[in-house]
Amino acid sequence: MKKVFEKPKMLTDVPFHYCPGCSHGIVHRMVASAIDKLNAEKVIGVAPVGCAVFAYDYFNCDMQEAAHGRAPAVATGIKRTNPDAIVFAYQGDGDLASIGMAEIVHAAARSENITVIFINNAIYGMTGGQMAPTTMIGQKATTCQQGRSVELNGYPIHVSEMLAQLQGPCYIERVSTHDVKHVKQAEKAIDRAFRNQAEGKGFSLVEVLSSCPTNWGKNPLDAMKWVEEEMCKIYPLGVFKDTAKEEK
Amino acid sequence: MAKVTMNKALCKSCGLCVTACPKQIIKISTTDMNNKGYFVAEVIDMEKCIGCAFCATMCPDCVIEVEK
Ligand SMILES: Cc1ncc(C[n+]2csc(CCOP(=O)(O)OP(=O)(O)O)c2C)c(N)n1
Ligand code: SF4
Repeated sequence: MKKVFEKPKMLTDVPFHYCPGCSHGIVHRMVASAIDKLNAEKVIGVAPVGCAVFAYDYFNCDMQEAAHGRAPAVATGIKRTNPDAIVFAYQGDGDLASIGMAEIVHAAARSENITVIFINNAIYGMTGGQMAPTTMIGQKATTCQQGRSVELNGYPIHVSEMLAQLQGPCYIERVSTHDVKHVKQAEKAIDRAFRNQAEGKGFSLVEVLSSCPTNWGKNPLDAMKWVEEEMCKIYPLGVFKDTAKEEK
Repeated sequence: MAKVTMNKALCKSCGLCVTACPKQIIKISTTDMNNKGYFVAEVIDMEKCIGCAFCATMCPDCVIEVEK
């Protein structure tokens, strides 16, 4: 018998602190196995502020903690001074789409040769379930207890669609984690985003629709169902930008 | 024949593996609890395992190793 599935080498033995059924763990595993496949000599990751703040303990490579939202700017500096390293930023929607909106837009516009993994769980997880820029109309959060209203809170931001309007990015795809089929598609997208960097193609971002069972007040299975039935409707999956295809 | 090994200590009882298994041979134990206080996932009929690793694909805590 041979092993067909084991923990990626790019993960340390430190147990994840995430809540039961949280997508962060699935995405960490996918990121680590994508990096394993590259056989890169040097890998440097940038951790966000948010539930993934301890990512520096989990990835088996050099890691830098960035101030809230600044991961793409920090990753830019690291990549420019270490052009041979594989550099990635791992960010939540509160981190990337509110306080860090400027950093991600400009990193994408500059087509920095980095890989950004963007966890969209439509809420601020770490701080206790406040509304995020990605919280959907009608969705309840601690700061919109009757549900997000357009009058009061405006519309959710579709990050992938928005960044795809820029000339800079090489590759932007939205994927989901709600079942095996979609996790396998997400694996392919994340692999691709890292390969692009190894081949020097420029900025790649994968938005991953993720569950936050705790702050949604759902059990892990219902939370995945909610990703499938509600989030995928508002945040359609697919490739929003792929310069390799456009050139053909 | 395929074999699934669970690193019980890491299991958080989320149940994502239970629904992912096409053969429906994983369940959450009602007696076996780990140090974190979670009832752990276990394979109830290893003979039926086809080694697809769907359970491991969904596991957020890298609990599962699969051999085939
Ligand atoms: C400068 C600054 N402002 C605000 C905070 C509080 N804060 C911590 S995490 C967070 C948002 C987390 O949400 P998200 O990025 O979606 O990640 P998740 O926890 O959902 O994975 C905020 C606002 C902070 N730590 N620093
Ligand atoms: S609060 Fe939400 S995002 Fe944070 S670890 Fe728990 S389930 Fe995951």
